Amino acid sequence: MSEIKEVIINNDRLATDEYLVNMGPQHPSTHGVLRLLVKLEGEKVLNVQPHSGYIHSGIEKMCEAISYPQIIHLTDRMDYLSAHMNNEAVALCVEKALQVEVPDRVKYIRTIMDELSRLASHQLWWCVFGMDLGALTTFFYGLRDRELILDIFEETCGARMTVSYNTPGGLMADIHPNFQKRVKDYLKYFKTKLPEYDKLLSGNVILKERTEGIGYLTKEDAIEYGVTGPSGRASGFSCDVRKHVPYSAYPFVKFNEILDHRCDTYARYEVRIKEMYESISIIEQLIDNIPAGDYAVKMKGVLKLPEGEFYQRVESARGEFGVFIVSDGKKNPYRLKFRSPGFSNLFALNKMATGHKIADLVAIMSTLDLIIPDIDR
Amino acid sequence: MTNEELKAYLTERFPEAEIKTGPQYVEMTVVNSSLLETANQLKTEKETSFDYLFCLTGVDYPQNMGIIYHLESLEHRHTMVLKVKTADRVNPAVDTVSSVWVTAKYHEREVYDLLGVRFNNHTDLRRVFLDDDWGHPLRKDYVDEVRIVER
Repeated sequence: MSEIKEVIINNDRLATDEYLVNMGPQHPSTHGVLRLLVKLEGEKVLNVQPHSGYIHSGIEKMCEAISYPQIIHLTDRMDYLSAHMNNEAVALCVEKALQVEVPDRVKYIRTIMDELSRLASHQLWWCVFGMDLGALTTFFYGLRDRELILDIFEETCGARMTVSYNTPGGLMADIHPNFQKRVKDYLKYFKTKLPEYDKLLSGNVILKERTEGIGYLTKEDAIEYGVTGPSGRASGFSCDVRKHVPYSAYPFVKFNEILDHRCDTYARYEVRIKEMYESISIIEQLIDNIPAGDYAVKMKGVLKLPEGEFYQRVESARGEFGVFIVSDGKKNPYRLKFRSPGFSNLFALNKMATGHKIADLVAIMSTLDLIIPDIDR
Repeated sequence: MTNEELKAYLTERFPEAEIKTGPQYVEMTVVNSSLLETANQLKTEKETSFDYLFCLTGVDYPQNMGIIYHLESLEHRHTMVLKVKTADRVNPAVDTVSSVWVTAKYHEREVYDLLGVRFNNHTDLRRVFLDDDWGHPLRKDYVDEVRIVER
């Protein structure tokens, strides 16, 4: 009898021990090479320390040695799901510095491509989110629809993900003659499929149990940590760059900034689903009205930016993406900084996950929608 | 506030600072010793209330290191640039503003990693991306041994 009692006491002592576990860098839920050093008490998360840099590629250093049109091709490789927005940020920044006004046709096409990228990105996020929580079907649904957008990209840009479609002064090439028809066909198709996403996952009891009230991030914290994009907007932080500092064709369209004040994982889920509806509506407003004209303005062979500092903000699928160019008048930048949304979003993870179970950590990380090359650059 | 109003207000409020209008934003340069106080005032005072730090950049200038803060006020929706320059280029150090904007804590770690700028009173100044024995690659005198950048 006394022996058994001894064992129970030991068990108690074991249960209260804190221990450190490395999650990653090859963990499936980190969606790439990210390591989280998690301090646990049983299954309860006490602290999360993200360790990044496994795929740091020194893009900012590389940019100092190459010309502005070349830089655009590097930006694809950061946040590969928002490749078009990243391209556009650099193109807009260079155009702003050189005081070039692009034709309306370019603005319209850029915005349509932005929103198609956002759709594709949110679709991929949705299918991976389901998979992180153990729902495999979402993966097939999401990828099925995303492939069709990538087909449209391929036809017009020649690439499926690393599009590099923008260039300072406009676009690399005009849209494919089929482009408008295909986009309209796609929207018609996807509008019947998007309610299925809701049917499959949004109202699911297991999903709600796993997400509601989990990973709370207050509006104040979202601002303090600079958490932008759908993750920030789910905390009620009005941070949509498309709305507040409009660029390209966003001033010409009507759309809502999706805000949610529930601040939890489910809110972040729902904001993205609603954003897909908004993206569809933006594309529908533009697709039939693409003005005729040139797809690019004639630029000099070698672009030299005037001396000074130029900043351009755009809304990528993950949040606010910024390009900051310090120019000394040469053909390559003196210093170029990318403000990547993922970097700021990642470090709010500790705030959100502390006190929850380790399985919730996976769900929280999934709703932050991290892309690791975007963080490591 | 518009850029002109903001410039007029800042000129009156911070007479010691150097203020000019850049291509886009009002730029204010302060000395290192008054950085933390200025940052605090910019954030807490009602007229400016710059509560959102959206970008923090380190730049290696020929004589010194510059830290550039891009600030936005969510209430007034105005934007400005705050700048500080270190006294020394080889062993640069500035005060941390992570007590004012939490996100600065992580962006400062990145600047420390890539440029070697030390942030005084930073609670957790570790490198973000690179190994401890690596140099500071964004410095202009960094030797690119494997020639990945300059071919």
